[in-house]
Amino acid sequence: MQPVATTFFFYLLAGLAVLGGVLVITRRNAVHSALALILTLLSLAGLYLMLYAPFVAGVQIILYAGGIMVLFLFVIMLVSIEKSQKEEQFNKLWLVGLLAAIALGGLFIGVYVKGKALFPEAKVVLEEGNNTQGIADYLYGHYLFTFEIASLLLLVAIIGAVVMAKKRI
Amino acid sequence: MPDFLTAYLQSNVTPGEAGSAFWALIYVLIVFAGISVAVMAMNWLERKALAHFQIRLGPMRVGPHGLLQPIADAIKLLTKEDIVPSAADKFVFWLAPLIILCASFTTYIVVPFGRAHAITDLNIGILFMLGVSSLSVLGVVMAGWASNSHYPLLGALRSSAQMVSYEIAMGLAVVSAVLMTSLNPSGTGTLSMIGIVQAQEAQQTWFVFKFFPLGFIALGVFAIAMVAETNRAPFDLPEAESELTAGFHTEYSGLRWSLFMLGEYAAMIAVSSIAVTLWLGGWLRPFPHWLAGQSWDLVFSLFPGLLFLGLAAIAFVGVGRMPKHPYFKIQTAGLAGFGAVLGLIGVVLFIPPVRDRVQDIFWFIAKVAVFMYLYIWYRATFPRYRFDQLMKVGWKVLLPVALGVLLLTAVAGILF
Repeated sequence: MQPVATTFFFYLLAGLAVLGGVLVITRRNAVHSALALILTLLSLAGLYLMLYAPFVAGVQIILYAGGIMVLFLFVIMLVSIEKSQKEEQFNKLWLVGLLAAIALGGLFIGVYVKGKALFPEAKVVLEEGNNTQGIADYLYGHYLFTFEIASLLLLVAIIGAVVMAKKRI
Repeated sequence: MPDFLTAYLQSNVTPGEAGSAFWALIYVLIVFAGISVAVMAMNWLERKALAHFQIRLGPMRVGPHGLLQPIADAIKLLTKEDIVPSAADKFVFWLAPLIILCASFTTYIVVPFGRAHAITDLNIGILFMLGVSSLSVLGVVMAGWASNSHYPLLGALRSSAQMVSYEIAMGLAVVSAVLMTSLNPSGTGTLSMIGIVQAQEAQQTWFVFKFFPLGFIALGVFAIAMVAETNRAPFDLPEAESELTAGFHTEYSGLRWSLFMLGEYAAMIAVSSIAVTLWLGGWLRPFPHWLAGQSWDLVFSLFPGLLFLGLAAIAFVGVGRMPKHPYFKIQTAGLAGFGAVLGLIGVVLFIPPVRDRVQDIFWFIAKVAVFMYLYIWYRATFPRYRFDQLMKVGWKVLLPVALGVLLLTAVAGILF
């Protein structure tokens, strides 16, 4: 199928992602911030789809938008919003934040200006129909060891969380 | 008929594959309208069947045997006052029902009603369905929080805990079915909904009968988890009336509440169609290999028409049994008209091109209807679980069973 209005959808999704990101840090209400973060994550999933990576998009929706953000909301919901809105934030790290923003912005501008030299020109031909199978081949073939190490790391984190949360096992 | 219409009707691919935005739009409209009508029909059927389970008559007043009750309900809901609590978070309160509705309707993009009757076929079909339907938890949480009231908040907490826990058992059961699709010479499985049904066609068995009883247990785990996932009895704790009024949608009224209902029933149909696609052969007719051959094909292709003729016959029996009082004149005429329409549809379904085209849709919907009836049956039969029992069933029974089935399926797949 020929792509329809690709540029339009790219700018729409990118704009939504940026808008969501800005809302996350400007809203005072934590629940609104979390919802804006969900907007960002969903538009990122749309961008993955546009890159012919449906599996990554699906995992993005299941894990981040459907899983992690639900847990975020779950915790935030139980916090008294009125109280946290009135309280003043005490860790003001303007200088560090500014430095980090300048560094990241400089990096982005650098990539934008020198992008042609840094990245390969040729477009990769991606087979949309075999995306999942391709990822599986890489994960369980070429990168099996790394994959297993990552899963071990997650297992350690889960056991650690249980040990810390439960008084008596 | 214009050329592009006939050309498409003779092809055997989905609009997504054909790359036709026009047909995709038509399919989206048909599916959206069809699901909305199915939800209304399900609403009527649920009230009627529940009533008969409890030896009552159920709705009888609006139309013959209450057939027009869903329409009356819809008018009532649309004209009701739309109340927004003054302490509610207006925007989130407004957004929550829309999220639930969008999440449950978006899943229908990949539901394969037939080889050519899906809006599109995604490479990640089943993953997409699970992912998008898991977004409805967000709607539940948002509705509960935005109402700014105790019952909805507790209901939303319960509901999201329940949905998140049962999603895991559900996912593992799905994985064991996906594993079965890879048991072919090439050794490559598929996540695409159409591909899964085609794998069952190629392996000449529905996955529910594959490696008996492994497929059957996986379907059982899924069938239990899907009831919990859609918050229906006996897992309808979020809406336990005696404890939480109506759970997360206590503060909603009128149109917004009806959006929740629409989303819930659409999600029920969606998860039922996952079960049908994964284990019950999707659009394949019963016994495609055992009773193969042209004459059997013909016999099975007559079923849709016969069903509608049977419904028409029931409607006409109803006409005969209507009270003869002049007061019931309009109702009797209406029922006769309804029967005539059903009979006409039945006759149209016998025309050979229509018959061939409609067959797969019919078998898919028939299998989904079984699950929808089971939902009503559960609701009439089982008492509600307590919350700790619910969590125990989810984590200590369904999850280990699903994991065991997955491992055994993998072993069986290597051995046989």
